Amino acid sequence: MKFIIAVIKPFKLDEVREALSDIGIAGMTVSEVKGFGRQKGQTEIYRGAEYSTNMLPKVKLEIAVSDEVADQVVETIQQTVNTQSIGDGKIFVLDLASATRIRTGESGETAL
Amino acid sequence: MIRSNALLTGLAAAFIASQPAFAAAPVAAAPTPNPGNNAWMMTSTVLVMLMILPGLALFYGGLTRSKNMLSMLTQIGATASLAMIIWVMWGFSLAFGDTSYDGWLSNFVSGGSYFLSGTDASSTAATFTDEVISKYVFISFQMTFAAITAALILGATAERMKFNAVMVFVPIWLTIVYFPIAHMVWAGDGLLFKDGALDFAGGTVVHINAGVSGLVLAYLVGKRRGWPQEPMPPHSLVMTMIGTGLLWVGWFGFNAGSALEADGSAGLAMINTFVATAAGGLAWMVVERMAGHKGSALGFCSGVIAGLVAVTPAAGNSGPFGAILLGIVSSAVCYFFVAKMKTKFGYDDALDAFGIHGVGGIVGAIGTAIVYQKFLGGPAPDDAVPLGEQLWIQIKGVLITIAWAGIGSVIAGLIAKAVVGLRVEEEDEVNGLDIAEHGERAYN
Repeated sequence: MKFIIAVIKPFKLDEVREALSDIGIAGMTVSEVKGFGRQKGQTEIYRGAEYSTNMLPKVKLEIAVSDEVADQVVETIQQTVNTQSIGDGKIFVLDLASATRIRTGESGETAL
Repeated sequence: MIRSNALLTGLAAAFIASQPAFAAAPVAAAPTPNPGNNAWMMTSTVLVMLMILPGLALFYGGLTRSKNMLSMLTQIGATASLAMIIWVMWGFSLAFGDTSYDGWLSNFVSGGSYFLSGTDASSTAATFTDEVISKYVFISFQMTFAAITAALILGATAERMKFNAVMVFVPIWLTIVYFPIAHMVWAGDGLLFKDGALDFAGGTVVHINAGVSGLVLAYLVGKRRGWPQEPMPPHSLVMTMIGTGLLWVGWFGFNAGSALEADGSAGLAMINTFVATAAGGLAWMVVERMAGHKGSALGFCSGVIAGLVAVTPAAGNSGPFGAILLGIVSSAVCYFFVAKMKTKFGYDDALDAFGIHGVGGIVGAIGTAIVYQKFLGGPAPDDAVPLGEQLWIQIKGVLITIAWAGIGSVIAGLIAKAVVGLRVEEEDEVNGLDIAEHGERAYN
């Protein structure tokens, strides 16, 4: 099993959710996060006082999937979210040691 | 023009005989207030009240960080309330009391009428014509001016001054600064009134006064921890915009009410309060663009206030196009002070009480001499003093106000510092004044 973490631009969330539904991904966890990478922050000015904020708002997706579909999921996210500009985000893939469905106590891939 | 030039009617008689003023003219019937004028002045009075709560409170509150929101609201509410109580005890006496002192003292204060003694529902106050309005209405109207001026100062000291210190500072400051300046400018025997200074609705008394006092107090209290390195962005410009709107609406009471009657002069003040303000709001955004930034919501709000402040002394002393000019100039000069001079000189006038009220007030007070003139469509009569002379009279008024407010605020500030200390503990400042000073949070 793989655990996929994707940090993306917020306006791409709906699009990526639909694309993942289309390839059969049934669930994900979404959080609003802040961060920075190569894309620098933005400048705010209040009555002439300039503040550069280093952190930009992003959306983080967390998806647990079976080994077979992991590559397809990464590819789908990468293609859907890509706008060819700095700040499009990153995708991380981790090995997932276990998964348990709380209601039934099932574990392993059947719990996904 | 100046609101109590006829208040003196009957003052001498009242002084000698402690009788209602109209008793001095036994043959004439007692003047009765015209209900129309009375109704307008009562409306104006509550409009000025609206400027304070919630207008100014939300305007300033939105500009603070969220941890200091309640402290701003509470300081403004309590300050205005304290000013009202003091006004009826001795404030009205010192500014507009029935007793006119002999000699030089009458330039600065009056006396009598303590605790509003000798006033009842039939008492009247003179206007600028032969009309009168109910004295309780006049006292209430003037009361709101004292209340808002004291509250305006708190923008300069926001986010770090102790609530206790505010409560000690305000009564002393009102007594030694506000009441004498109000008397000097608006009472019939006041120093600047006799000099011929033009201040329709309080450019010197309210705005220069509050701005300079705020600047002095900001110096005494010291900079906010982390200013100017740390970002301190306003927590809600929506609140600030709501406050701006309420201030603008309320300002019609402030300016047009200062005519003391529902007459043509009030109408002139009204249209000027529209157009100068509109010009100010737009001009600030234009200046922002010229400085290479985006036209901003806070810029618009700041320009609106800069325009309102500048047109205050000129409200009934200018034509509409003179007022537009005044709004534009005021916005540009205030922008320069707020965006450039503040960081250059390193004074932490937190919400720009000096940068907008003080500076805009000075632009307005001096500019009034110019927009008053006929060639700009002003209402100056043919026998008015020449422009140069009027300019000097206005500048003198500004200088006296700055000096009086500056010295008085140092005294009041130092007394408050000695009695309770001006500033909260560093830890309290970091955690926010809402929790530290009031035990509540604005947003849960």
